[in-house]
Amino acid sequence: MESVVKQKVLALNGDEAVAYAAKQSDVDVVAAYPVTPQTIIVEKFSEYVANGEVDTEFVCVESEHSAMTACLTASATGARTFTATAAPGLALMHEMLYVASGCRTPVIMVIANRALSAPLNIHCDHSDSMSERDSGWIQIYAENSQEAYDSVIQAFRIGENPEILLPVMVCLDGFTLSHTLENVHVLPDDIVKEFIGIRPIPLVTTHEGKSVPFKLDPENPMTMGPIALQNYYFEFKRQQEEAMKNAQRIIRQVHEEYAQTSGRRYGDGMLEFYHLEDAEIAIVCLGSTAGTVKTVVDELRAEEVKAGLLRIRAFRPLPVEGIVRAVENVKAMAVMDRSMSFGGHGGPVFHEIRHVLYDAPTHPYLVDYIYGLGGRDTSPTQIRKIYQDLQMILQTQHLGKPVRYVGLRE
Amino acid sequence: MTAKEKSWKEISPAGVCWKPSTEYMTGDWKTHKPVVDLEKCTRCTLCVIFCPDGAIHWNAEKEDIEFDYNFCKGCGICANECPTKAIEMKLE
Repeated sequence: MESVVKQKVLALNGDEAVAYAAKQSDVDVVAAYPVTPQTIIVEKFSEYVANGEVDTEFVCVESEHSAMTACLTASATGARTFTATAAPGLALMHEMLYVASGCRTPVIMVIANRALSAPLNIHCDHSDSMSERDSGWIQIYAENSQEAYDSVIQAFRIGENPEILLPVMVCLDGFTLSHTLENVHVLPDDIVKEFIGIRPIPLVTTHEGKSVPFKLDPENPMTMGPIALQNYYFEFKRQQEEAMKNAQRIIRQVHEEYAQTSGRRYGDGMLEFYHLEDAEIAIVCLGSTAGTVKTVVDELRAEEVKAGLLRIRAFRPLPVEGIVRAVENVKAMAVMDRSMSFGGHGGPVFHEIRHVLYDAPTHPYLVDYIYGLGGRDTSPTQIRKIYQDLQMILQTQHLGKPVRYVGLRE
Repeated sequence: MTAKEKSWKEISPAGVCWKPSTEYMTGDWKTHKPVVDLEKCTRCTLCVIFCPDGAIHWNAEKEDIEFDYNFCKGCGICANECPTKAIEMKLE
C-alpha cells in the first residue's frame, strides 16, 4: 500500500540536494576536504553544523586520504558517517577506499563526477568513479538531482544493513547535476529519520571469545582489519563478494520501501527501463545522459521507431541477470562510456555489458560509444545519430567498428 | 597452516581477530638472540623500557630481568641501548 507523504519543493542544485539529504540523515561524523565540483556539499553541510541545525562532528582534514581515514575509523566505532569528493580527491583516497570496504565500514560518500588530470579539467566524466569500481564499494549513479537526494537517503539503509556492511558511493555528474538548479521534492525531516532509523550493529566474536557489537568500544576491545596473510586474506575477500551479492536484494528492497513513502521509483532500483519491452534498438548508459536519451527516445517513438533505453543505476553490484533479461529482445545496442580504459577494448561499461551477455542465449549487435570526456556536451542530435547508426547496423547486418567516439573532432 | 583453519562462512567480518595476539609466537622470526651477561648487567632496566615487543620483563620477585624468547624478534635494540654492553646478539 503506497502512502506517499506530502513534500516540499525546493530549488536546489545537485550538491545542495545531497547536503540536504545528509542533513536529514542523522549523520554523526563528516570528515571532508573541498574539491570542485563537490565543494558545495561540504560547504553547505558545514553551514548546517555552524548553525546548529545538526549535531554532527565535522572534521576538517588536510587531505582526502585523511578524510577517508577519519570517516572509516569513525564508522568503525559505530558512527553514521558521510563524506563527498571528486576526481583528484577520490584518486588520493584510493588506498583508504579498500580499507573502508575491507573493514566493512559503511561510509556513505557522494562523488560529483569529474575528469582526472592531465590536462587539468574540472568538468564531468566518469573516469574518477570508474577507476574505483573494484574497490569494494557499492556504486549508484543518479540521473538527476532528485535522484541524488533520494539515493543518499537510501544509501545509509543499504550500506548499514548487517547483511551488507559496505561503503556506498552515490555518483552525480559534476556541474551537469552538481551545479544546476532543479526542483527537488524533499521529504519531511521526521519521515527521513524514521526511514533511516538508528544504525543497526550486528554481533561478532572477538579474541576474548565474547559475542559483542561489531564496533570499536573500550568496554569490548577488538581488532579490525589487522594482518591476514596467505592463510586468511582470501577468505575475507570472499566475504566481501558475498556482501555485494546480498546488496542487490537489499538495494531493491530499500528502493521499493522508499518509493512507498516518496512516490518515486527508478526502475527496480538497480536498473531503469525506458521503452525497452518492445525495443529493437537501445542505448545503455549511466547518469544524467539518460535524461537526454529519454527525450530522444520519446521523439523516435513518435516517429514509430522502436527505440529504448537501459539505465544502469547500480554499477556495483552489477545486476547481471537483470541486464540479460532486459535486453533479450533488443537487436542492436549501443553502450555509452563516459570514461576510457586505455588499451582496452572500449570503456568499462562496454566491458561489463559485453561480458554479461556472453552467456545469454541471444545477444544484440553491440557497439561502444566513448563520449563526453572532460565535460564535453552531448546533444540530442548526437544521441539520435547513435540510434541511426544502430538502425544502419540492423539494415546491413554488419557491425562495423565496435568502439566509436561521439562528439570528437577526427 | 592446519586443516582446522576456518572457512569464509565461519570467520567474523572485517578481519576481526578471534585469537589474542599472544597466541602468535612472533619470536620464531628472529635470527639473532639476545643473551645477557649477568655479571656485566647493572639491572638498570633500560632494555625493558626500550624493547618494542615487551619481550623483556622485570621479575620483581627474583629482582632480575627475564627475556621472553616467544616474542623477541631479535631486533637488537636492547643490546644497542645497554649502557654496560651486557647483551650480546648471538646467531641462533
